Amino acid sequence: MHKDFLKVEGLSKVFPGARGDAPLTVFSDINFTIDKGEFVCIIGHSGCGKSTILNILAGLDEATSGLVIMDQREVSGPSLDRGVVFQGHALMPWLSAKKNVEFAVRSRLPKANGVTVEAICRRYLDLVGLIGAEHKKPSELSGGMKQRVGIARAFAIEPKMLLLDEPFGALDALTRGVIQDELLNICAQTHQTVFMITHDVDEAILLADKIMLMSNGPQARIAEIVVNTLPRDRSRHTIHKDPQYYLIRNHLVDFLVSRSREFTECPPADYDPKRPPSVTPGLAAPEPVIPESLLTSRAIAKPVLVNIRK
Amino acid sequence: MRSVLNLRAAILSLLIFVLFVAIWHAATLPVEKAAGADPEYAKLLGGGKSSGLPTPAMIGRTIWTNLADPFYDRGPNDKGIGIQLAFSMARVGLGFLCAALVAIPLGFLIGMSPLIYRALNPFIQVLKPISPLAWMPLALYTIKDAAISSVFVIFICSVWPMLINTAYGVASVKRDWLNVAKTLEVGALRKAFRVILPAAAPTILTGMRISMGIAWLVIVAAEMLVGGTGIGYFVWNEWNNLSLTNVIFAILTIGIVGMLLDLVFGWLTRLVTYQE
Repeated sequence: MHKDFLKVEGLSKVFPGARGDAPLTVFSDINFTIDKGEFVCIIGHSGCGKSTILNILAGLDEATSGLVIMDQREVSGPSLDRGVVFQGHALMPWLSAKKNVEFAVRSRLPKANGVTVEAICRRYLDLVGLIGAEHKKPSELSGGMKQRVGIARAFAIEPKMLLLDEPFGALDALTRGVIQDELLNICAQTHQTVFMITHDVDEAILLADKIMLMSNGPQARIAEIVVNTLPRDRSRHTIHKDPQYYLIRNHLVDFLVSRSREFTECPPADYDPKRPPSVTPGLAAPEPVIPESLLTSRAIAKPVLVNIRK
Repeated sequence: MRSVLNLRAAILSLLIFVLFVAIWHAATLPVEKAAGADPEYAKLLGGGKSSGLPTPAMIGRTIWTNLADPFYDRGPNDKGIGIQLAFSMARVGLGFLCAALVAIPLGFLIGMSPLIYRALNPFIQVLKPISPLAWMPLALYTIKDAAISSVFVIFICSVWPMLINTAYGVASVKRDWLNVAKTLEVGALRKAFRVILPAAAPTILTGMRISMGIAWLVIVAAEMLVGGTGIGYFVWNEWNNLSLTNVIFAILTIGIVGMLLDLVFGWLTRLVTYQE
């Protein structure tokens, strides 16, 4: 794994105050790194500047200070090296699903011939299971299918890094689950480096290798980085049976419910924004939470009940 | 369900039309004067004739004779309706085309640049409400050609809706689509033609449709002023001939051609409209 493929140093964003108000510092001194092939999720409440960070990484927004270095080059402005999946899919409604992907591929390979472009389009539409619906306009596709086209479009330019801005936020739980699985598969196949915003704790645990927790804005910080210690071949169907799962989940929920606010009000004394602490809640607590005695007593209880009925 | 409604509407339209013609017919019937009246007096009052307005049957005959031979040419004051229409359409077409060539690129510029929008807005706001015919004397003086002057008048009246709609359409292209183009490093020209133009096309075409409607209104007045040829001149000429049947026929023709032009642009608009 290529270490520190993406490096974010001292990033801050200040919005000038409207009509004499004091300027608003959304976040300041944000530092983190992402290794090549790593899947990183960022979680935090609305207003902590997650989307702004993603837009800065994408080159669509500018930081007030600090810099972003990807692959040893400073990020300045948008680039084909970073594919973006937008929150509202952002498909062009006058183009069919395939033409939307083709538009991206032609931007990446302006000199490629039709056959090559066609092959690339088909490959990525196939990857997200859209073959058969590729000639439909976005208005004829369901929300999940639209987002799949958005994912195919982002992957089709074969970027060095993928940025996903809450891509499944507008989808129903069932569709979301299916697409999460697909995304997991595609990332495993392509070893894609991903930075993703999410509000969904379970989604983060399923997909991410590293979960960055942001404290509440304004003056938001990366409070800590949770390392996902679940095995990498996890799947949606079995993940909740792993004892680590709830340890991590509880840690994340605790953070969102109370610690994200407390952190902004009074950060811990030893907190260094240059090196936000890495934690491994999955490994922290001792084994099962339910005592052994309770389990055995339940096991005995069952036949007893049956006997009474007889 | 929809087709049933359409059918009922069509029947109702037909009934209204028949009723209208019947009232028209009744109102224009020659009225018999009371018997015993002085025939000299009756003659002075217009004899057995009524208001002098043509009857539906007379209009029917005029429509028939005009449409039977639309392209005859018997001198400057006696041309077939087809020729007159062709002159008018050519002027409108030419003026409209020039207006589109100016308004659409300029509208793009205004829509994309807030600076240019602010700089040009006062001029547009002042020039837009001017009746296009007010330009006529200035056009006649500078161009010194009646035919080109009327084309200019069409140009000046159809430029504004197209300009404003193009600017509006371009300015309100969704941020998301522009961001997609940015992240894909799409060049300026490709972005203009592949993203902004299709995104703004329905608004632009709506502007063109409004422009065409106004141009068709204005050409009649313009041709009445400059004379010579065209459907507007035809109306005025037939008024001078005191031929009300031909005037009514011309009015009908103007209406139907205007409707057809609107239908064409309506169809074009539907062609580029997308559903989100």
